[in-house]
Amino acid sequence: MATPNAPLVMKGGPAAGRLLAKVDAMSGTQVEACYQCGKCSGGCPLAFAMDYQPRQIMRLVQLGLEDEALASSTIWVCATCFTCTARCPRDIDIAGVMDALRVLATRRGLRPGDRNIGAFHRAFLDSVRRFGRGYELGLMLLYKLRTLRLTEDMGLGLKMLAKGKLALLPETAKGRAEVEAIFREAAEGAREAAEGARKAAEDSPETAEGAAAGPGRSKGAAGGDVR
Amino acid sequence: MKRVGVFLCWCGSNIAATVDVGKVAERVRLLPGVVHVEENKYTCSEPGQASIIKAIKEHGLERVVVAACSPRLHEPTFRRTLETAGLNPYFLEMANVREHCSWVHPDREKATDKAFDLVRMAVARVLKNEPLARGSITIEKRALVLGGGIAGIQAALDIADAGHEVILVEREPTIGGRMAQLDKTFPTLDCSSCILTPKMVDAAKHPKITLYTYSELEKVEGYIGNFHVTVRKRARSVDETLCTGCGLCQTKCPTKVPSEFDVGTGLRKAIYTPFPQAVPNKPVIDRENCTYYKTGKCRVCERVCEAKAIRFDQEDVLVEERVGAIVVATGFDLFDCSVYGEYGYGLYPDVIDALQFERLINASGPTEGKIKRPSDHEIPRSVAFVLCVGSRDEQKGVSYCSRACCMYSVKHATQYMDKVKDGRAYVFYMDIRTPGKAYEEFYKRSSVEYGVQFIRGRPSKIYQKGDKLIVKAEDTLLGRPVEAEVEMVVLAPAMVPKRDAARTAQTLGVSYDGFGFLNEAHPKLRPVETNTAGIYLAGVCQGPKDIPDTVAQASAAGAKVAALFSRDEMATEPMIARVDEALCSGCLWCKPVCPYKAIEARTVTEKVHGRTVSREVASVNAGLCQGCGACTVACRDGAMNLQGFTNEQVITAVDELLAGLRPACS
Repeated sequence: MATPNAPLVMKGGPAAGRLLAKVDAMSGTQVEACYQCGKCSGGCPLAFAMDYQPRQIMRLVQLGLEDEALASSTIWVCATCFTCTARCPRDIDIAGVMDALRVLATRRGLRPGDRNIGAFHRAFLDSVRRFGRGYELGLMLLYKLRTLRLTEDMGLGLKMLAKGKLALLPETAKGRAEVEAIFREAAEGAREAAEGARKAAEDSPETAEGAAAGPGRSKGAAGGDVR
Repeated sequence: MKRVGVFLCWCGSNIAATVDVGKVAERVRLLPGVVHVEENKYTCSEPGQASIIKAIKEHGLERVVVAACSPRLHEPTFRRTLETAGLNPYFLEMANVREHCSWVHPDREKATDKAFDLVRMAVARVLKNEPLARGSITIEKRALVLGGGIAGIQAALDIADAGHEVILVEREPTIGGRMAQLDKTFPTLDCSSCILTPKMVDAAKHPKITLYTYSELEKVEGYIGNFHVTVRKRARSVDETLCTGCGLCQTKCPTKVPSEFDVGTGLRKAIYTPFPQAVPNKPVIDRENCTYYKTGKCRVCERVCEAKAIRFDQEDVLVEERVGAIVVATGFDLFDCSVYGEYGYGLYPDVIDALQFERLINASGPTEGKIKRPSDHEIPRSVAFVLCVGSRDEQKGVSYCSRACCMYSVKHATQYMDKVKDGRAYVFYMDIRTPGKAYEEFYKRSSVEYGVQFIRGRPSKIYQKGDKLIVKAEDTLLGRPVEAEVEMVVLAPAMVPKRDAARTAQTLGVSYDGFGFLNEAHPKLRPVETNTAGIYLAGVCQGPKDIPDTVAQASAAGAKVAALFSRDEMATEPMIARVDEALCSGCLWCKPVCPYKAIEARTVTEKVHGRTVSREVASVNAGLCQGCGACTVACRDGAMNLQGFTNEQVITAVDELLAGLRPACS
């Protein structure tokens, strides 16, 4: 997006429908049903902070403009509150689509433009991996340490502590071994996906296609993204 | 063996390009019974038909097979040809070598083989054909019109003007329907009442029209030309013959309840006529709300009535009528906007629906035409009109477009801007659909001459902030979230079938779709007929439409009825089910599978071993049976046969096919 209004080139050919097919399969919804009414964007509590409106992300997916969709801040700003999904007149799981796009972007090695977003996601996962469930105070501290925004939100944190909304000590969930196994399997899957993508890219950049693969469990699903 | 002639059609290149017709002819010549084979480029053409007639006479043909297109297209044509040549028209069989062969197969050799198989089967079948004769039924030249809205009124007037008696049944205390509630009509802005009320009066005064208001259809029996209908005339609690319509009872009645006619924007009394121009102008007592019926005291209306017309002890009356045709014009309901929690309908008083807005701008409405918002009766300085509330929403509403809302919302915004000069009207839309005469021009005028603002985006949330309502949406043309601060919101609800549409359809025995709209027989070519002969559709009961389309459909239904009534008798197809009473065991498994309610039990008396015994057998009503064949499949005794399509004919054709395949299998 060097020039803001440079034409977006639609290349056609067999690759054109690929993003749509992939996102449909991953999110279990039909993005092609979107008729661009904008009810999602109109009710989105975070639309003000997005570069593309949620409706416009649906449009990018419909047109197969993958680079544009995966590079947008929208997919990372989305808080997955599901207001859009609940209201969509065409029954599209818009929040699910955002999820799918985040997975695709991550597989491609794309990181959110705002590094705080990544830090938050990592802090959350660390907390889940360690305790088997969310530990809000730990998450906050870890996030603050990683982003060096130590004093921000301090007042709010203290207020929440005072009202008993934050536990001082973490609670641990049962079955932490199973949680750990999930994390290990996910990491393994990601490694295999990356491996598969590399191989596929060496064989032919066009044949590797993981349209039907679900997020995290795909083998070689990232192939289509490597050009 | 009967002498069979086979006529093979090329259908130009439609058949000949894929099927080697000459080769088929060579092989057909060798079939038993076939004495004449002929090819024609177009068998259905005048010379083609002439060659059939000539061959029948020259070769003494007794049975004819035409191998051409689908029987749905030209079977009637060739039956007439046989009739002209003096043969029973049902001595014809068609082999469909076009739709079932040449059009769907690419391989010429295989298609030729299949074409021969089809002809072979038809030849075997035609040898089993029996002569059939058309029956006839008499036609009762009176029509029932169900629903007294603009559709029903128009259909009734057209049928009555053609000289036939009409019974017009309306559920409400007055005829007029939805159109009576409207203020003005798009795109001409002529006043709805001014064009409707004269028609209401015409219908009531027409010597050929009998009006049953406050009445409902109870039961329908019979078939085309001979329906027996039962109508329940609900107790008005007022003697219509005595009542002068002076209205004194309504003025004196102490009980006020929300008016259905004003969609809750105004009040009516417990004894009431829905609106001053009601036809008939005779009130009814709403027994659920009347103080006398609730407490046993009051009777004010009875005391003030000078005509002594109040009848507290009146009861429902069942009226039976014989009619030859029925026009269904039962109309529609509006989608319940409170399904959308995010729009706050029913929660915020100033979020109203479009029909309520019609009452607000109507000179005879509760505000006498002044646009006053419900909460504080102030004139709103800005109004948002929201389209597609329920329409085009698969998650919370209905998938279809309601067709009229774009235009009436444009009309509402225009009317608002006309009445509130310094006002602001926002129309939130997804697409503005204006496919009608002068519609697009009306839409243009609304923004160019009246300054209506159009915002392309479906609102996501409506909430109250102080004395304002905030409508949140995305302006999808800007790609930015927008918030409109308005003082009133008008929602355009989807048109949905009447709550009891399915029950009406079942009473009548006509089919309906997944929403409850009644099905026309063919979406393009038979748009006003149903699949049940003698029952016709008009207006929104068949699907959403505006007033011009409704009136056009109503007149079309009226014309269909008039055409039916132009004859004293009508011919019936002989290809219907017939019971072999000797075989029938009277189990009546056929009865529940019959979609046309054509099968009844009948008692036969016969002599068995010298003793007289009575037993039940199935019997088919020739007027109702449509020849679908469901009963023949259900029959365990093989007693039920579809004439012209008998079990024997079908099995013979299958045997012939299998016999031909045997060498290939071994």
